[in-house]
Amino acid sequence: MSARIHPFHGGLVLDGRKALSTRTPPAPVPLPERLVVPLHQHIGAAAEPVVEPGQRVLKGEPIARAAGYVSAAVHAPASGTVVAVEAHPVPHPSGLSAPCVVIEPDGEERWHEGCRGTADWQALAPEALRARVRAAGIVGMGGAGFPTHVKLNPGPGRAIHTLVVNGAECEPYITCDDMLMRTRPQAVLEGARIMQRILGARRVLVGIEEDKPEALAALREAAGGAPDLEVRAVPVRYPSGGERQLIHLLTGLEVPSEGLPADIGVVCQNVGTAAAVRDAVVEGKPLVSRIVTVTGGGVAGPRNLEVPVGTPFSHVIAHAGGYTDEAARLIVGGPMMGFAVRSDAVPVTKTVNCLLVAAREEVEPARDPRPCVRCGACAEVCPARLLPQQLYWYARAKDFDRVQDYKLFDCIECGCCALVCPSQLPLVDYYRYAKSEIWALERERERAERARRRHEAHVARLERERAEREARSRARRRRATDREARQAAVAEALERARARRTVQAEGGHAEGDGAEDA
Amino acid sequence: MREFPVATSPHLPPRASVPALMYRVLAALAPGAALATWQFGWGVPLQLALACLLAVAAEAAMLALRRRPVGRALADGSVLVTAALLALALPPYAPWWLTAVAVLAAVVLAKHLYGGLGYNPFNPAMVGYVVVLVAFPRELGHWPAPAALAAGPDLATALSVVFGGSPLPDALTAATPLDHVRTGLSMNRTLAELRADPVMGRIAGTGWEWVALGYLAGGLWLVWKRVADWRIPLGFAAGLALPALLAWGVDPDAYPSPLFHLLSGGAMLGAFFIATDPVTASTTPRGRLLFGAGAGLVTFLVRGFGGYPDGVAFGVLLMNMAAPTLDQLTRPRVFGERR
Ligand code: SF4
Ligand code: SF4
Repeated sequence: MSARIHPFHGGLVLDGRKALSTRTPPAPVPLPERLVVPLHQHIGAAAEPVVEPGQRVLKGEPIARAAGYVSAAVHAPASGTVVAVEAHPVPHPSGLSAPCVVIEPDGEERWHEGCRGTADWQALAPEALRARVRAAGIVGMGGAGFPTHVKLNPGPGRAIHTLVVNGAECEPYITCDDMLMRTRPQAVLEGARIMQRILGARRVLVGIEEDKPEALAALREAAGGAPDLEVRAVPVRYPSGGERQLIHLLTGLEVPSEGLPADIGVVCQNVGTAAAVRDAVVEGKPLVSRIVTVTGGGVAGPRNLEVPVGTPFSHVIAHAGGYTDEAARLIVGGPMMGFAVRSDAVPVTKTVNCLLVAAREEVEPARDPRPCVRCGACAEVCPARLLPQQLYWYARAKDFDRVQDYKLFDCIECGCCALVCPSQLPLVDYYRYAKSEIWALERERERAERARRRHEAHVARLERERAEREARSRARRRRATDREARQAAVAEALERARARRTVQAEGGHAEGDGAEDA
Repeated sequence: MREFPVATSPHLPPRASVPALMYRVLAALAPGAALATWQFGWGVPLQLALACLLAVAAEAAMLALRRRPVGRALADGSVLVTAALLALALPPYAPWWLTAVAVLAAVVLAKHLYGGLGYNPFNPAMVGYVVVLVAFPRELGHWPAPAALAAGPDLATALSVVFGGSPLPDALTAATPLDHVRTGLSMNRTLAELRADPVMGRIAGTGWEWVALGYLAGGLWLVWKRVADWRIPLGFAAGLALPALLAWGVDPDAYPSPLFHLLSGGAMLGAFFIATDPVTASTTPRGRLLFGAGAGLVTFLVRGFGGYPDGVAFGVLLMNMAAPTLDQLTRPRVFGERR
């Protein structure tokens, strides 16, 4: 297939170092003594636990339900006993703790009877399929963790013509998608077909970087030349696996600035997500494990492992031969966009695609910042075609209006700019900082706005009450002087009663507002 | 359980550094500087050494005054680039105090009073150059006759001219080709006549054209290594050569050829090494083309119609002033922004 590839601006050719971890197919890790399953493994609201300490659970049994639409359910990764529902350190750049369900596996691996699938999914309506995806707690497995059912529901106004399946895996070191595609190409494509049905998309485009010939061949063979499904090789250039970049590579379309792919009729899903969708629909298995690449000069036996969600990093690393003497940094994800964690006593979640234990020489020398010399190298490599040095300048000056003028929110934090900057500035840190400051300001503004609305409702209520009192006293005066007005007074009393009901209803509403804020 | 120190992404080690850039620029100056030494003699290395020493001392003093880590900032090499550019732009047998004034103006005034590397809006070397050009125009006109390393003043003479205040022997001086054309035209001679004069060489002046080719070679290497953005020298060449071509086409007796313009005076040094100073140039791709073109155009105008024989310094400084506006006007279209 020779469909045209539309290159994107900028990007970098990086040393992939993928061969480190592709020697053996993904093997399952044995269950750890304890699984610590976080309730918040996705973008959106944390799931609400539905189990209690002491309760026995089966593999795949829901242990927490989605809290609202943009949220995802969590299931028991193994059969066993819930021993606690409490806060534990989770993989997060700030090293925070968050609520988790702690399970002691019994080793029986008995599946929950609710887990039933169907091979005949073609017979199911798109809504029913989407409901299964949602019930299975599937989230974007490329790292972002956006609930998949939400992405598969772009809304009535946005017809989707193309499903892009992301197998680019452009970050150095990471090979979990590559190994998945090599070993389960049928599952990936079946998942893609299910999502295509849910979306009503005309065609499916699978994009894979051309340094993965085995994966390309496997998927092409599995595709068998279907007219509406194309497997395309894309050039090796980071960040080709960025959603916007891959869509551009494959379709030539640009996702609008500050918009979504659905705005141009495209939805993009990771190959891991596709396989999870297939397992949920066809086998009835919720998302309770995933392939994790364990690699880097800091582990003795780099490889891919099939890991139950909730397994501690330390356990996973031990099953990749353990640490070498060189281990210097523990990174979740790749070396460009991943985040470093302080401790290996945190659990694998649905979005942990790679544990990179970097050796010293892989991450050193550290940045040694100097003033920006305006060389423009950053702009040359920025795949969003931003002016990173201007963003840096305004972020540093806390000029949040200008930094948004320069489209801070189109920055995908790919890190290309920081890698080539001769002044070695931690540019992405500045962008992350500016974004979080702007979000905080926005939340503050919203709070103030709600307070203002509450205050106005309060003033209006006082006003109404005053008017009511006046009307009452007027009526009393009239009653005393004008007997004929008595009938009118009766009518007015009725009116008053009705008015009071309305006031109460509105007053109650205003208080409701307050409660929401509290 | 095991603990690790954390750091922020990207985790890969940085690919470039400011010192590496600066030392590449210095390396790229080498062929031009070597050819200049060959053509103009001992004065060239003397001025280079003098300017570098003074510049390092001035920068160290300013850093200390501003309470900045002296060693680290000095190590970035930027002050050596400024010093080298100044030394190569000034006449090789200029008295030491002239070089000193230029270096101080560049390092103290143009660089550190604005906040040091990265914060200076004007190219320091060109500020230093223009200060002495305006204050001491006569000294700036004293250039030696080319091919002087063999035939010119020996080291002792060079030392006594630069440091001892003795004048360069008259027999060893010559007008620069640009000066020669300028005075010749003002005396109503035609270019056809002027070209026959020995100082004019094959294209752009005996000796001078060789030096220019040296800068061109180093400059192309910088562009190839992506230290300099090709857009600036290309813009500069176009801004200088296109109007020159037009004028030359209209009256080749009154206007020198585009090739003469490109290879004479400071054009090559300016196009590849001075206008490309990233700190003071425009930063956007289109902005850089325009920046170069503007500097080239001003050079042409000053040479043809201004009061000074060469205009590179003015071109660069004027465009320095325009750079922020150019950046504003030439913002690239962000990915996904409406066309
Ligand atoms: S790469 Fe670094 S030094 Fe160069 S312009 Fe960008 S931020 Fe400034
Ligand atoms: S991190 Fe942001 S600004 Fe830097 S190159 Fe990537 S998208 Fe551009």
